[in-house]
Amino acid sequence: MKTLQTLLVMVVFVALSAFTIKSDSDGYKIGDMATDFELENIDGTMVSLSDYKDAKGFIVVFTCNTCPYAIAYEDRIIALDKKYASKGYPVIAIMPNNTDVKPGDSMEEMKARAKAKGYTFPYLMDKGQKIYPQYGATKTPHVYVLQKTSKGNEVKYIGAIDDNFQDANAVNQKYVEDAVDALLAGKEIKEKTTRAIGCTIKV
Amino acid sequence: MILWIALLLAFSCKENQSSHPESSVDEVPAVEETKVESPEVALEIYDFDGLESLLNKKDEKTYVVNFWATWCVPCVKELPHFEELNQKYKDEDVEVLLVSLDFPNQYDSKLKPFIQEKKLTSKVVALNDPDMNTWIPKVDEGWSGAIPATVIYNKETRKFFEKSFTLEELENELKPFLN
Repeated sequence: MKTLQTLLVMVVFVALSAFTIKSDSDGYKIGDMATDFELENIDGTMVSLSDYKDAKGFIVVFTCNTCPYAIAYEDRIIALDKKYASKGYPVIAIMPNNTDVKPGDSMEEMKARAKAKGYTFPYLMDKGQKIYPQYGATKTPHVYVLQKTSKGNEVKYIGAIDDNFQDANAVNQKYVEDAVDALLAGKEIKEKTTRAIGCTIKV
Repeated sequence: MILWIALLLAFSCKENQSSHPESSVDEVPAVEETKVESPEVALEIYDFDGLESLLNKKDEKTYVVNFWATWCVPCVKELPHFEELNQKYKDEDVEVLLVSLDFPNQYDSKLKPFIQEKKLTSKVVALNDPDMNTWIPKVDEGWSGAIPATVIYNKETRKFFEKSFTLEELENELKPFLN
């Protein structure tokens, strides 16, 4: 009996460590199931993906107050939520930086920024920085489009919002919109991963 | 001048964190619409097609190419190590190239004054090419896009790093490239 218990503990341990190593080192790939979380929002409530009973999926954006690229995309992130929340794909913004390193990303500053910009979506603090490494986010802004399935929230798109951070009017490809539109239409997403320069997440 | 830059930086940090209701996306990059002129700093500006040859030279030198920006705190922190590398290994045919990703509207107001103020001896060029998804994989397939990022290469080998360096780490990575 004792041997069995030890064996069971070992199996669980190995399984857990395998999972940890995987998610820590390279994060999610397309088709992986994204973890849920319970993170504090700027209004003091705790927010989880599972709270959204009617959602078809999510546009999870790792972003912050202080990165010039994140700032350049603020209005476009708001526009994404306005366009897609009602269609079942709300924006969930998560601030992944260590606020000791970046005081400009503190909860107080997050509240102020959200208020000033009129954020229509939750802006969550990744307290303890436990969530972004599981997703594999490396920078702000960094987007994950998830689709709710019977097995969980499946990662469908990873990357940039569009192909021109400098000028929203000069954008040729709206990667996130194209991805969500494809999901809504039941079609294959053409560009499932894209890359963009961003600010390293501060640890 | 030093004081002025310090003030400028302090102001820009504060501005980024500010909660002015009237703050807008356009406002932040435009914050330092300033009178700073750095006429003696000549800045070469490239799109990726223009930059690509600098990333693929086939001569006898070893090149250390660092992607950075004045607003990127970890980049600015490691910059002195690249400067030191450039000086220390000059005689061993090593050349450092600093590729700035500062926004074009800050070339005159921030980047050029920074180059002048820090007396950068390494060559600095600016990369202005918004279609990042196209050029990032051409620098390295493994680059997610976070900066700082560094390429060390010569005509035989090439290595890419998406990380910050200490001087010691940088020297340790450089040494295998030197005969």
